[in-house]
Amino acid sequence: MGTFILRRLIQTVVVLVLVSFFAYLLLYLIPGDPAVTMLGLEASKEQIEALRHELGLDRPMLFQYVNWFMNVVQGDFGKSLIYRENITDLILTRLPITFHLGLVSLFLSTLISIPAGVISAVKRGGLLDSVITVSANLGMAIPLFWLGILGVYLFSLKLGWLPVQGYTSPFSDFWMSTKQIIMPSICLSVVPLASLARQTRSSMLEVIRQDYIRTARSKGLKQRTIITGHALKNAIIPVVTLLGIQMRNLVGGSVLIETVFNIPGIGRLMVRGVFEKDFLIVQGCIVMVALVVALANLLVDISYGYFDPRIRHEE
Amino acid sequence: MAASHLLEVKNLTTEFRIGGSVIRAVDGISYYIDDGEIVGLVGESGCGKSASQLSVLQLIPMPPGNIVSGEAIFQGIDLLDFDPDGEQIRAVRGGKIGLIFQEPMTSLNPVLTIGRQIIETLVLHLHMDRQSARKRAVELIDLMGIPDAKQRIDNYPHQFSGGMRQRIMIAMAVSCNPNLLIADEPTTALDVTTQAQILEILRNMVKAFNTSLLIVTHNLGVVARYAQRIYVMYAGRIVESGTVKDIFDNPCHPYTLGLLKSVPRLDEPKGRKLVPIVGLPPNLGNMPGYCAFWPRCSKRSPACKKKPWPELRLISGQHYTACDYDFDKK
Ligand SMILES: Nc1ncnc2c1ncn2[C@@H]1O[C@H](COP(=O)(O)OP(=O)(O)O)[C@@H](O)[C@H]1O
Ligand SMILES: [Mg+2]
Repeated sequence: MGTFILRRLIQTVVVLVLVSFFAYLLLYLIPGDPAVTMLGLEASKEQIEALRHELGLDRPMLFQYVNWFMNVVQGDFGKSLIYRENITDLILTRLPITFHLGLVSLFLSTLISIPAGVISAVKRGGLLDSVITVSANLGMAIPLFWLGILGVYLFSLKLGWLPVQGYTSPFSDFWMSTKQIIMPSICLSVVPLASLARQTRSSMLEVIRQDYIRTARSKGLKQRTIITGHALKNAIIPVVTLLGIQMRNLVGGSVLIETVFNIPGIGRLMVRGVFEKDFLIVQGCIVMVALVVALANLLVDISYGYFDPRIRHEE
Repeated sequence: MAASHLLEVKNLTTEFRIGGSVIRAVDGISYYIDDGEIVGLVGESGCGKSASQLSVLQLIPMPPGNIVSGEAIFQGIDLLDFDPDGEQIRAVRGGKIGLIFQEPMTSLNPVLTIGRQIIETLVLHLHMDRQSARKRAVELIDLMGIPDAKQRIDNYPHQFSGGMRQRIMIAMAVSCNPNLLIADEPTTALDVTTQAQILEILRNMVKAFNTSLLIVTHNLGVVARYAQRIYVMYAGRIVESGTVKDIFDNPCHPYTLGLLKSVPRLDEPKGRKLVPIVGLPPNLGNMPGYCAFWPRCSKRSPACKKKPWPELRLISGQHYTACDYDFDKK
């Protein structure tokens, strides 16, 4: 297990360095002079030269990348042109908001999907199974923004139960914060929820026809004990893998959802950066998001060892 | 004959519905086992041995399986009357009847320690507290001849060999002092030396725990040394039954004869040639109206095809056969 974690740790670092390199390459991939693009056509020659110097466009690219990377490692992503602020500060004030949204969505999707998938498998062919399976298939197919807009229309505008948009920190007004986060979290959790439920169902169906489940039944254990004590721990392993993959969908979805619901998180910062051609912000956001996703995946991989002793004992 | 048997199965019929066709895996079989007895159930693979044993405890997957009819009277009560998920049948499973399966590599849960898997049975049926259950589990593992039981109890199945896993299965099956052990081909998946060890352990457990043993196998040689009585099964039916002496010295069904000729024996006379039975077992989903062994039978006559599969008839004592061929005449 120790070597397993070490190997994964090294992989994670390699991935992060690669991501940072491609994020940096962004500056060079856009057509034209990035400094001109960023400042606009009305900018004076001196302003453009100053920015070119600041971005390091007047020096060799690799040299400048290493320079930028060393700063990033120390937590300095440079200064934003549109906000006139340190990008690190911009990110750090928005990251908790995206975390809040992401964690509530993650919580919702795992908490609902796993029991739903288990019930669906245990009651295979029954009415409940049909309802769950059809809902899950539907959930996979619904466009996120459409669901968001529909939700706002129905629950906020028509029924007036929930605020239309916005974000409040749970530490300043918990009730308001919860009311605001509930719609976006539900929207964001639909796809992971549906796919996790489907995975739970199919791996559960696979597990309950294994010999060791027959053994458990032959010992006289209750159906419930067999499902929760014997089957689930086996069935959960592929679900955990999928959970790692779904992290990416959560991040991608949050860009959209933050825009629809006007939530000032990383996703919206990144979108703003793109539209305002502030590439340093985009670079910073990409690196931060990659870091979070990579750490989440690392956590998922380590948790395999908890679920599967065969991995724990691997050398 | 004793007035009441430990387990008496009467006219058990089990079917599997697959696609459009119905497979009658068990076709009206009857057998019994008494206290302290070791009984063998022998037949080629696919003849319904496992299906019959699982049916008795209502452990066949339903659907596609279905116990069509029959009784399984265990200690005077019909197990097939119980709700398949109910408390009464669960008290019998693992508590009064212990099961050992053919596949030691896959029959233990890979993500739970073997200790936990034994302990939960003790807690369930004997209502032990965790601590004494753990102590008892260590004793049981030790009893099976597994070294370092105290440490090994916290290991996972993948840390044991096939033979060791089968020992753990046996420990689990005998843990609650059952009245009956059903071992479904316990040695088929193991190599020859391990087979002998496992059979030896099983026999010792029968003595130590004073239980009966129903040993299911496709190998007549296995039961010859251990069993007192034998049932021979073919295509879902019992075609011959009797004491080991009856079966080995005076086989009265051509199928039994074929089995005897095809199986190596431990007390083998030198130079005996092994002769496999020609042909394949019939498709259980499409049975002829006459004796299902006819296509492979060495004693067949055209008359056999004109009548239904013969019922079991008494030869002598406890010796029955489902064939009308008269071996004595020859
Ligand atoms: N779970 C099942 N689903 C469908 N068919 C089954 C199932 N279990 C057994 N059968 C069928 O019942 C027949 C007898 O099988 P089984 O009792 O396992 O044979 P044996 O144990 O003698 O080798 C086989 O033809 C097999 O295809
Ligand atoms: Mg079998």
